[in-house]
Amino acid sequence: MMPFPSPTAALAPHLPSPGFADPVRDAQRCFRKVLAAISYPGRLQDMRGLLSIAPGPLHPAAAALCLALFDLDTPVWLGRSVDTPDVRQFLSFHCGCPVAAQPGEAAFAVLSAEEATALMEAFHVGTPEYPDRAATLLIQTSALAGGPAAEIAGPGIPGSQAIEAAGLTPEFWARRGAINALFPTGLDMILIDAQRIAGLPRTVRIER
Amino acid sequence: MYVAVKGGEKAIDNAHALLAEERRGDPAVPELSIAQIKEQMTLAVDRVMSEGSLYDADLAALALKQARGDAVEAIFLLRAYRTTLPRFAASLPVDTAKMTINRRISATFKDLPGGQVLGPTFDYTHRLLDFSLMADAAEAPRAAAAPADDAAMPRVVDILNHEGLIEADSAPADAEPGDLTREPLTFPAGRDLRLQNLARGDEGFVLALAYSSQRGFGNNHPFAGEIRLGGVEVEIVPEELGFPIVIGEAELTECHMITQFTGSKTQPPQFTRGYGLTFGRNERKAMAMAIVDRSLRAGEFDEERRFPAQDEEFVLGHSDNVEASGFLQHLKLPHYVDFQGELVNVRALRAEAETVR
Amino acid sequence: MTRCTASDDAANAAARQGWMRLFALSDAAALEAALPGGLADEVRVLRAPEVGLVMVRGRTGGGGAPFNLGEMPVARCSVALADGTVGHAYVAGRDRAKARAAAILDALMQRPEARAELERTLIAPLSAALAARRQAAAEKTAATRVDFFTMVRGD
Repeated sequence: MMPFPSPTAALAPHLPSPGFADPVRDAQRCFRKVLAAISYPGRLQDMRGLLSIAPGPLHPAAAALCLALFDLDTPVWLGRSVDTPDVRQFLSFHCGCPVAAQPGEAAFAVLSAEEATALMEAFHVGTPEYPDRAATLLIQTSALAGGPAAEIAGPGIPGSQAIEAAGLTPEFWARRGAINALFPTGLDMILIDAQRIAGLPRTVRIER
Repeated sequence: MYVAVKGGEKAIDNAHALLAEERRGDPAVPELSIAQIKEQMTLAVDRVMSEGSLYDADLAALALKQARGDAVEAIFLLRAYRTTLPRFAASLPVDTAKMTINRRISATFKDLPGGQVLGPTFDYTHRLLDFSLMADAAEAPRAAAAPADDAAMPRVVDILNHEGLIEADSAPADAEPGDLTREPLTFPAGRDLRLQNLARGDEGFVLALAYSSQRGFGNNHPFAGEIRLGGVEVEIVPEELGFPIVIGEAELTECHMITQFTGSKTQPPQFTRGYGLTFGRNERKAMAMAIVDRSLRAGEFDEERRFPAQDEEFVLGHSDNVEASGFLQHLKLPHYVDFQGELVNVRALRAEAETVR
Repeated sequence: MTRCTASDDAANAAARQGWMRLFALSDAAALEAALPGGLADEVRVLRAPEVGLVMVRGRTGGGGAPFNLGEMPVARCSVALADGTVGHAYVAGRDRAKARAAAILDALMQRPEARAELERTLIAPLSAALAARRQAAAEKTAATRVDFFTMVRGD
């Protein structure tokens, strides 16, 4: 017997999964995590305590990022791995963000490492005048440890930083490198597992 | 060489403390409450809401208090505040024909369905200082009342256009209007962006442009077709509901200006319209906005663009008092290095000129 | 299991629009006072009370294409009751407690037995207060209506 009823148990299936308990402060805490992740690329940021449950295939950490980052003005591309009615309802209900029909229209994308690898070139990388208009990819992985080992370097990293996210294949790094070669345009990425995130901004290069 | 300058923190802290003390004024005089400002400085509050582009009378009153009554500073505060909030939705376009009327006049048509209703107006006052307001009022003034019928108050320009002599509204499009708070303004701007810009624009600037147009710097001899002031209900359609709901009420001022148009190769002679709409009670602003709106439509009517009020880039680029004030006031920031450079330059030029002489 | 027809949906939506409008246009105190006691355990927050903005739109010339006039703060909240009934609220202003109260009341109004009670204790007085407020304003405005009388030119 469970000591407490599951938080979702009492909810009818058509109800959206709950958002932050304190929308403003929790979104700010989550944003600080993103800021730290982007400032110190590859360093794992603990996302526990922000959101305990998430809809469908979204990790709680990914759902928290959605709540903090998405709004009416940010079209979001959903990879097939996360595109479920529950996720769409959650995004529409809490964020009000439109779902992009094409990757190129998206300000953000939520997708798996495999999908990111396959689709990367389809996203908007910004323009030399407005590099900030590039899409940001939120990449869900099964784990941020134990995957293929890589060393990254660049601004925010003293020396080099190990990264072991699942699903980041040599092909992923090669395609990413080609896109970001045209700095200042490029793609910023946030790697996510169940309760942690790591930043992979466009300024970071792979060492090996 | 670039020299970074630091310092002055103590002076800045003390300057802010001095500002706070001076804002409060003589402590022997009771402090103003937000409610007092909201209730008794209503038109200042309305101007701040209108140009601050945020319909919140309490915050506008707070901004005025904090800004010591400086409208532009208060508008800046409100604009800064709004950037901290997420946008949930855009409303359905408000229906000003369904306004609960507080004032409604027309200078072009005397007998209107619904009648001419003066409402609370400064018009017909003698502009003599009322010294009785210097004393504590014995009792609150009371307005007269008369039986109110539920007569509809359709928009004047709509009901009196049987002959087709007045330009009709463009068909209601469902097109998503541009939003200059989201995308930087580019030219040519559509009428949607022009109206948004003018609605936020500085009242003094818009008034001066309208005045210039009236005086001949622009092809405009307008009639006040209708001015109305009152409340409209604001509706949104939340996606989770799928039907429109009223979220509140906003007091608006609307003005239709009617201008004679002699016709062009493609259009018959008719009366054309300029449109003004603002938050709150801002009659002067709404009227000026309507005139400038019409001036900016010169291109639509094959009118030659010769004057400032007809020049979109000039008008829209300079109407915003927060931007204007910011660019002006940045001149107070240290320009020591720039100035040093110019100083060297001028000395060199002068030395050169003296050698030649 | 109940089945809803399209006309039931329309009627329900219309009724719901009515009370949601009334909540938005009424004082927070009246809404909070109307919340039944002991409800706290039953209310699950789906979307915690939050303040945001609604961009208010007008129409060019009053009846033409839409344009953005300016923004209005709005507080929203969504709750679910234990039986799964969901209540939503969007109320102009920055009063999160009002949004929460309105969302709970929106959910209660969808329950027939609670609705009958609330119609009497809350909806009727709120409607009357709103009508009275508007009537008083309309009467003052009406006193400023101009009665023209045509001057007959004698010759």
